[in-house]
Amino acid sequence: MPTKPAGTLYRGREGMWSWVGHRITGVVIFFFLLVHVLDTSLVRVSPEAYTAVIGAYKNPLMALGETGLVAAILFHAFNGLRVIAVDFWKKGAKYQRQMLWIVLAVWLVVFAGFAIRHLSLALGGH
Amino acid sequence: MTTEMAEPASKIELPAGVGGGGEIPTFNITLRVRRYNPEVSEEARWDDFKLTMYGTDRVLDALHKVKWEIDGSVSFRRSCAHGICGSDAMRINGRNRLACKTLLKDLDTTKPITVEPIKGLPVEKDLIVDMEPFFQSYREIMPFLISKGHEPTKERIQSIEDRERFDDTTKCILCAACTSSCPVFWTDGQYFGPAAIVNAHRFIFDSRDDAGDMRLEILNDKEGVWRCRTTFNCSEACPRGIQVTQAIAEVKQAILARKM
Ligand code: HEM
Ligand code: SF4
Ligand code: FES
Repeated sequence: MPTKPAGTLYRGREGMWSWVGHRITGVVIFFFLLVHVLDTSLVRVSPEAYTAVIGAYKNPLMALGETGLVAAILFHAFNGLRVIAVDFWKKGAKYQRQMLWIVLAVWLVVFAGFAIRHLSLALGGH
Repeated sequence: MTTEMAEPASKIELPAGVGGGGEIPTFNITLRVRRYNPEVSEEARWDDFKLTMYGTDRVLDALHKVKWEIDGSVSFRRSCAHGICGSDAMRINGRNRLACKTLLKDLDTTKPITVEPIKGLPVEKDLIVDMEPFFQSYREIMPFLISKGHEPTKERIQSIEDRERFDDTTKCILCAACTSSCPVFWTDGQYFGPAAIVNAHRFIFDSRDDAGDMRLEILNDKEGVWRCRTTFNCSEACPRGIQVTQAIAEVKQAILARKM
């Protein structure tokens, strides 16, 4: 079998990149959940270890990470609804691009709201 | 024998410089072609060709100029040269297009125009890929009328509305631009791909056909419609303007509706 010559990157448009984003955020959320299930299950092994691990999350770096995670979940959730609409709403395919702009707008508003609150609580004063 | 024929005098007064030939604007382009010849090297490479082309020329004309005047070893497929046979789907500036339907003047001629084979099918030479996996999937969805009962003595009558139901998917020319633009197909060559689903759609929603259920069953396979991730690359690549993602969604819905 001849090898496939790799060429340039395919220049897909909004639909392709939103899918790339959806898959990346899906995988990110999956790994977070995995870790989260593990650390939570620690409580059954040793409550002290659990408290120590959860306590270690209380630092600015983790606060930033949490903000990123929320950004990922929000995008995944809103775009997930868009994908469902594309598949099941009669005019979904026709308005997929407009729906993506709506997803991004809603994402920006909700995420900005969260980020301001979360970061001021976690990083700023009390 | 040479006979000089004078053109009859025009009845319309034209100012000098208008009318006449030779006034189509020319411009220079660099055509950057992805070259691959397994008999010489396993490595693919880029070849640049500097050409002077006309405003009416398409990417196919540039490829012809290269093949006929500069390097005869450049290999690509084409037949009709008019967007009907579906032979010359290729990746032009990163997107699947028919070379015969892509005007050079619509591309950015200040930069090299890249031309590569379509993705996801084994490359045989330069821009030529092995289309067999693509046609294999096409055959599997049974792209022909299957009807139960007696053969009618007259034509099979169909209402205008019923014909309209699948009109969009009758336009396919099997160029593979859609299937080879699909990220799912690139990584999973077993996936039926958009073109097979489009052609199944054409018969599933045809009121004269009786094998819709069979085709829905075939496409309910794990390599069937459920692989579709709605990236819309197919809809944007289709030179016939078929709403491919829409057609796939309709087949998905038909499978679910049948199950209930
Ligand atoms: C919170 C945990 C979640 C995880 C770990 C997760 C993970 C994933 C992964 C890995 C994919 C595969 C993407 C692909 O193959 O392209 C996916 C797809 C999908 N997810 Fe999620 N997801 C989660 C939450 C959600 C939520 C809250 C929604 C909607 C409200 C959602 C809707 C979808 C949809 C519709 C798809 C299919 C997208 C496609 O076909 O490309 N997911 N998810
Ligand atoms: S659906 Fe469009 S892109 Fe796909 S094979 Fe048919 S004509 Fe080509
Ligand atoms: S050569 Fe026939 S479609 Fe382009």
